[in-house]
Amino acid sequence: MSIKVRYFASLRESIGKESDEIETQDIHTVCQVWSTANPSIPLPINVLAAINMEYVSLQAPVKDGDVVAFFPPVTGG
Amino acid sequence: MIKITETPFNPWNSLEKFQNNLNSIKGKFGACNSFIGFMRDFNDNTEVKAMSLEHYPGMTEKQLEAIVDEAAKQWEILEYLIIHRVGELAPNEPIVLVAIWSSHRGDAFDACRYIMEALKSKAPFWKKETLLNDKQRWVNQNTDGYKNFRNS
Repeated sequence: MSIKVRYFASLRESIGKESDEIETQDIHTVCQVWSTANPSIPLPINVLAAINMEYVSLQAPVKDGDVVAFFPPVTGG
Repeated sequence: MIKITETPFNPWNSLEKFQNNLNSIKGKFGACNSFIGFMRDFNDNTEVKAMSLEHYPGMTEKQLEAIVDEAAKQWEILEYLIIHRVGELAPNEPIVLVAIWSSHRGDAFDACRYIMEALKSKAPFWKKETLLNDKQRWVNQNTDGYKNFRNS
């Protein structure tokens, strides 16, 4: 299974990367995408997640080809 | 129409130009309600000299469309215009314009307010401020626009 991971704003700066590509069969949820891509970094409090540009919970299932995004609370407007 | 732009915009010119081209609903709307948000030169008791606005291209537009769709279930929206800046901004520059055209003022007022508040909590934009001493900081979260009403 191939998952693209994207990071935005302060989260991108704090972990020092804007994206990851994960190739594994052992991922079932958004939460596991984070822990696989960032094994030494706990999932930040208040983090928001999206799959293919739609908001999802951290327990949402992922599938091959998904783009999973992690970002902090939004501050536009 | 939804427009995300790196270019500074004049919201009043944008409103006039957009309305002048609303040929399909000419004579149908009795109200246009608009909100314009500007960049301040202060935040959290600190002077701010510049701001950088980041967004998630694609998702931002998708979420704004979903917000408008949700509003249209509750109020009549004949036409709408949302413009939001990204990139580098200076104090006093417009950040966002939300304008709603409806048959009656109630729908225009309420839909505009709803869309603006939803944008603040759901549309993936992020502000980073540059202070007078050149230090930069991310804005952690937006305030609740309904808070003052609730406390009064």
